[in-house]
Amino acid sequence: MEKLLEIRDLRIEGRGSNGWNEIVKGVSLDLHRGEVLGLIGESGAGKSTLGLTAMGHVRPGCRISSGSIRFDGQELVGASTEELRKLRGRRIAYVAQSSAASFNPAWRIIAQHCEAPIRHGVMSRSEAEAEAVRLYSEMRLPDPDQIGFRFPHQISGGQLQRAMTAMAMACKPDLIIFDEPTTALDVTTQIEVLAAIRDIVRNHGSAAIYITHDLAVVAQMADRIKVLLKGEEVEDAPAREMLAHPKEAYTKSLWAVREFQASPRGPLPEGPPLLEITGVDASYGTHKVLDRVTIAAHRGRTVAVVGESGSGKSTTARVAMGLLPPTAGLVKFDGQMLPAKNRDRPRSMLKRMQMIHQSADTALNPRHTIREVLGRPLEFYLGLRGRAKEDRIRELLTEIELDPDLFINRLPSELSGGQKQRVCIARALAAEPDLIICDEVTSALDQIVAEGILRLLDRLQRERGLGYLFITHDLATVRAIADHVVVMQNGRVVEQGSKDEIFAPPHAAYTELLLSSVPEMDPDWLDNLLAARQA
Amino acid sequence: MALSLSAMRSAPFSAKLGMSLILLYAVLAIFAPLIAPYAEQEVVGPTYQPWVAPYYLGTDALGRDVLSRLIYGARNTVGIALMATGLAFLIGSTLGLVAATMGGWVDTALSRLVDVLMAIPSLIFALLILTITGTSVVALILVIAVLDSTRVFRLSRAVAQGILTLDYIEVARMRGEGLGWIVRREILPNAAAPLIAEFGLRFCFVFLFIAALSFLGLGLQPPTADWGSMVRESARLISFANFSSWQTATFGLAPLLPAAAIAILTVSVNLVVDWVLHLSSGLKD
Repeated sequence: MEKLLEIRDLRIEGRGSNGWNEIVKGVSLDLHRGEVLGLIGESGAGKSTLGLTAMGHVRPGCRISSGSIRFDGQELVGASTEELRKLRGRRIAYVAQSSAASFNPAWRIIAQHCEAPIRHGVMSRSEAEAEAVRLYSEMRLPDPDQIGFRFPHQISGGQLQRAMTAMAMACKPDLIIFDEPTTALDVTTQIEVLAAIRDIVRNHGSAAIYITHDLAVVAQMADRIKVLLKGEEVEDAPAREMLAHPKEAYTKSLWAVREFQASPRGPLPEGPPLLEITGVDASYGTHKVLDRVTIAAHRGRTVAVVGESGSGKSTTARVAMGLLPPTAGLVKFDGQMLPAKNRDRPRSMLKRMQMIHQSADTALNPRHTIREVLGRPLEFYLGLRGRAKEDRIRELLTEIELDPDLFINRLPSELSGGQKQRVCIARALAAEPDLIICDEVTSALDQIVAEGILRLLDRLQRERGLGYLFITHDLATVRAIADHVVVMQNGRVVEQGSKDEIFAPPHAAYTELLLSSVPEMDPDWLDNLLAARQA
Repeated sequence: MALSLSAMRSAPFSAKLGMSLILLYAVLAIFAPLIAPYAEQEVVGPTYQPWVAPYYLGTDALGRDVLSRLIYGARNTVGIALMATGLAFLIGSTLGLVAATMGGWVDTALSRLVDVLMAIPSLIFALLILTITGTSVVALILVIAVLDSTRVFRLSRAVAQGILTLDYIEVARMRGEGLGWIVRREILPNAAAPLIAEFGLRFCFVFLFIAALSFLGLGLQPPTADWGSMVRESARLISFANFSSWQTATFGLAPLLPAAAIAILTVSVNLVVDWVLHLSSGLKD
């Protein structure tokens, strides 16, 4: 096969606070026509940076220090803006992670779709529009004749991601770069997008670079997989071969992440459940978001609440925390009625139930040092001051496996994503609670980092007998840590029971759909699933 | 804090120029009695002297030294502008942040009140009030501060509303924190950068506003030296000036001196503000 892209010993540097640091350290890459290459690694591995250089683009603040990138015989390192412009959009296209942030909200989808073919002089407007409609139907978008004439906010995230892929195909490019195109989507939506992307790439014979941190996804998409770690190549092999027999220790560790299991449980403690939500209704304005939700969480146990976005999982947490007063139903804590509003609850009650948010980036005040972040709940709930407070902050940092001397004076911006989430856990622990509500705490993190967080939570639960209400859309996490599972859809509890009951058939129809949508490491999984659903 | 010493050292040339000019103004204003060759209101010689020693910038219609009056003018005009702006920020940002954080009827009431004040053209409003109260320095500062606090209120409320949607505010509320902590410790540090930038801009406007009021005769009253009234007093000289020789031409340049003092300070403050805005935008280059 003919080589389409040839990257040789590429080095990229990024500007840091103390000069230039190497981000990509001498990576080589070959891509043939019609081939799909999966790039995987943790965040900071340099996968996106490498992916972008395939179109001759370097992010602001970065530079290519040496190496060569040849696209179809043409050197891209040092190519003029004009030369690159001729390639981009026409022969090389890019699909970003967040299509919602990448579409211009003020223009209709089809107008943005047609921009590249018209600007490159490939097609007239009417041809481009006709072609767009054809691509929309190929991407299995509903109502392909009309959907392009809507604005980006008028269609769902999964549809937008498919519209973006269609847009990338507009000029029939030779190479498409997919940068985590399904990471932000629910599992059930992800399936549709994956299937559509794979078919369109196959049918048009385009080559693709597929960047992701999800191994099961890359197993479905790629012909060949390249594993990156800290800017260096770890392993490169055909997909089936690597999935069956990973060679390097790091690759094996990536494969092993999904095998984590929570520690074994003792007998269920006596007494009433810690948190008891009974028949709760709630609404935002006139829009009803929770319908008779009943959930109970016990000391030393983990209740997992699963469902897609919009199913009411996070709203349930907001009701429990007193941020959204319910319109009907009861919330009890340790047998006592909780006032509906957060501000009516006494401090001694607030202290016992803490919450950890999904995005540690926005959950930490960027102007507060770690000392202030952890010190405040100690002061606020426990009245610790001076020496005692300082000692306790250091203990907490040690407990979450961060070195106090190194971290206590840092600002959140000086921490990695996983470290930030650990600080959020420490902040919740500082209050010495009985129950912690974890709202998607691992979904913004890489699998390896996420596993570290799960292990930490598990250890804390074992040591302190904490109860967890664990909200997630990731069924692999549920399988790893839950005792009891609650499945939610459209604000209702569809099914609930012990983990074994939920994961063993027979399932409720929606649970079945959720379970079957979780990608597996088997490269034939997507084909088999689609065939089974067709039948 | 955005304005640390190391940040100042790595500031671009324009910002450094702005900062040194502002520093120069500050030194002149603070040490005016030591620097100025003559007293502020002293009649030192014949009227309308050209630019020769010992009157380096000539004398005015009453025979007072223009250089000395310019230096004292920095003290009066800039000092009052600084106090008025500071007060405007104290009122505006406190109310703005509290309105955003509390929401509900507090927000509605304060916002409508501000809308009413903003609906009246500020120069006319100031003229009206100053005519009633008389033109004391205290009245001048209070009127300008209240009028300008409406703009600060709008800005700080908008900035705070953006910050209030972030999870760390929810974390603080869930912890049970009161209004004071949320406003002072959670919101204010994050709203500081745009507010500092706005302070610089607002200061310029206040300063020009005082100059305009003085020019109209309702600002600082004679014989206090102030740049706005100095422009007014010597404005007509331009048409009488004889530009045939350098000595006589300086006579016509007299109104331009206080005007230039105003302009240079305004530009300097804006150079610094641009840089602070850039810092707060978080862009790397």
